[in-house]
Amino acid sequence: MSVVAELKGVERTFASGIKAVGPLNLELREGEFVSLLGPSGCGKSTALRLIAGLLEPTAGEIVWPNGKPPIGFVFQDPTLMPWATARANVRLPLDLARVPSEETTARADAALDRVGLSGFGNAYPRELSGGMRMRVSIARALVAKPKLLLMDEPFAALDEMTRQELNDDLLRLWRADGLTIVFVTHSVYESTYLSTRTVVLTPRPGRVLAEVASERMPAPDPAYRFTTQFADHANEVTSALRNGMKIAA
Amino acid sequence: MSGKLTYALPVALGVAVLAAWELLVRAYNIPPFVLPAPSAILAALLADWPSLMSSLWTTLRITLIAFALAVVSGIALAVLFSQSRVVEMMLYPYAVALQVTPVVAIAPLIIIWVGFERINLALLILAWIVAFFPILSNTTLGLRSTDHNLIDLFRLHGASPAQILWRLKLPSTLPYLLGGMKTAAGLALIGTVVAEYGAGSGTATGLAWRIVEAGNRLQIPRMFAAFFLLTVLGIAIFFTLSLIEYLVLRKWHESAVSKEK
Repeated sequence: MSVVAELKGVERTFASGIKAVGPLNLELREGEFVSLLGPSGCGKSTALRLIAGLLEPTAGEIVWPNGKPPIGFVFQDPTLMPWATARANVRLPLDLARVPSEETTARADAALDRVGLSGFGNAYPRELSGGMRMRVSIARALVAKPKLLLMDEPFAALDEMTRQELNDDLLRLWRADGLTIVFVTHSVYESTYLSTRTVVLTPRPGRVLAEVASERMPAPDPAYRFTTQFADHANEVTSALRNGMKIAA
Repeated sequence: MSGKLTYALPVALGVAVLAAWELLVRAYNIPPFVLPAPSAILAALLADWPSLMSSLWTTLRITLIAFALAVVSGIALAVLFSQSRVVEMMLYPYAVALQVTPVVAIAPLIIIWVGFERINLALLILAWIVAFFPILSNTTLGLRSTDHNLIDLFRLHGASPAQILWRLKLPSTLPYLLGGMKTAAGLALIGTVVAEYGAGSGTATGLAWRIVEAGNRLQIPRMFAAFFLLTVLGIAIFFTLSLIEYLVLRKWHESAVSKEK
């Protein structure tokens, strides 16, 4: 599988002198579902922003062997414009790229369809539930057909049932679109269920502590959560995470 | 039920107070130059209707123009501040100085500078000074409060600074701006009236001048009639802006959303 991006000794030190990340070495391969897992404040979100180009590394570099692909970003909060309808929110990346408006509406509605929100195009964010708002946010991230999708604890604020539903829907979208996904989470179970590879980070400054590959191709299969295979996998990830905490302590 | 009470209760209180007022004035034979009865005020209002209306229009016109200028210049300066930290650091203290200086104190100076022959321009400047600051400070606050993640999202999708301003920062500033406009419109009226007092007799023909004139001639019912019109004007301005705020924000902002949904 071809390499999408390679992080080489990437560091980010803030103006306050606190080093949030690094040195971080990580390879992202095409079609992977990579979870970045680590304790709160370990610089997971910073790492994601560095990959997105929203922050510049203070040391090291990110190499894009085939050029930087179109990127979609999903935040922890839905981060919607409250004054705009669901459709107008989804359309935003196309509007900013000055795509003709007769095309944007159709593509926005198609994206809403894909996340299960057909018919909600005219709803305002405040009229939608938390889970539906997150679906709008995902539709917005997908509407411009990104190759790389970056997600920053997108389901952390949702109730467990909504979260599991969205996990399955996300896996369907990932498989259908052949996306590469980098998914930041602090939930071992979420990363175990979703990812082809879990990258465990150390406490701040975040460095790669361990990588745990999944033996199974992630698929929307709620029953998998109750198998011994799932438990073993989750245990492996958990003990890597514990090791990290011990090193820090 | 509570909707009807919202109107019924203040109206009932107002009618009761007016009735008590009328009765007391009649019962104790209070002379009209001390406290005119509501009926006498109404009579004065009707008798002087044309001149009071023309004064009302003078005051309202200056208030509205000053308010419009305050809105335009306040937004423009706030946008400038948001684009350039240096300009903000340089100008903000002076904007504050302009705000904290009582308008009564600088009214004579402005009037002398501008000249009595252009008294309306002087009134306009004074009213603008008072109305300008809430627009500037609220818009500045609104622009700064824009969701940082949304700014990042715009940047990620290659938005230009102009796109970020028009599509993101200005819309998210609207609730703050409208709040500032409500304050500023009331202040524009106050500024106009204070400036009219400062201008004193002579060329000014607004409601404040009617009040001064009526006071000098001990035409107290007429003075009360002018008070009454000023209050009505202030209330009308407040409700108009509240209505605009509601119409603009009702679809999306928490402040305008009814609780039972």
